[in-house]
Amino acid sequence: MKAIVHIQPRSGVLDPQGQAVAGALKHMGFDEVLSARQGKIIELEFGDGDEQDVRQRVQKMCEQLLANTVIEDFSISIEA
Amino acid sequence: MIVSAAVIVFPGSNCDRDAVSALSKHSTKRVHRVWHRDTDLPKVDLVILPGGFSYGDYLRSGAIAARSPIMTAVQSHAKRGGLLVGICNGFQILTETHLLPGALMRNAGLKFLCKSTPLRIENADTPFTRAYAGLDQTSIPIAHHDGNYFADEDTLDRLEGGGQIVFRYVNNPNGSSRDIAGITNKAGNVLGMMPHPERAIDPLTGETGGLAFFKSLAGVMA
Repeated sequence: MKAIVHIQPRSGVLDPQGQAVAGALKHMGFDEVLSARQGKIIELEFGDGDEQDVRQRVQKMCEQLLANTVIEDFSISIEA
Repeated sequence: MIVSAAVIVFPGSNCDRDAVSALSKHSTKRVHRVWHRDTDLPKVDLVILPGGFSYGDYLRSGAIAARSPIMTAVQSHAKRGGLLVGICNGFQILTETHLLPGALMRNAGLKFLCKSTPLRIENADTPFTRAYAGLDQTSIPIAHHDGNYFADEDTLDRLEGGGQIVFRYVNNPNGSSRDIAGITNKAGNVLGMMPHPERAIDPLTGETGGLAFFKSLAGVMA
């Protein structure tokens, strides 16, 4: 089983890296880009287990280490 | 009273020796260096989390160091009222352990900044800043990529109201909310600051704006 954690800067938190990415894309001619937010993805692998249990454990991992909830939001998806 | 200090060394710390040297010269001769894997702190009055790039800034600056084995003892030291200072990466570690509020994000201009920086002394009535009394400003170098202090408005108002903002940038170099360069916790025994006072104690290496910081500590520990 695999858990995929998406971490994004919270809305309202300045994201200068995302702004730089959007600026570069516009500069390259991709004018349709209105904005960019840059985050990260963390993949965690597990042996067999109950999906609900894994999800709860990963939720705790996010709160305690993987995300800084002062500035970041996270979401978890589980793959078999 | 035991007159002593400990400097914690994480893999990637690079200002620990400077901190030890500054403390030994100007604050106390009894300085321990403590490896992050240790679980016990020697009995000390002051703990410093030094600058550097602990764990290569992996995940987020200070995030992994904040969960190091020694940090349980460091948190107990702070909860007992012991003095605790985080400089630069140490400040990042303190926000990651939630001993200080807010977070330190990528500099607004995205560049690593390393330069002498004028600071306003906002609160000279702390154990860390007493020797700055009577001075409006000093100058201490910064050297960071992630020094952009962020906290929500309520938290910033609380910091402001409680006299917890100790240093502000005169010319905000990194986008920090309300020009914040250094704050204390509510109890006043934990300080985090991005500028490096240990790099400003000798005219031979530039400037001496950090001297009063270590003299303040000497006053506390004398």
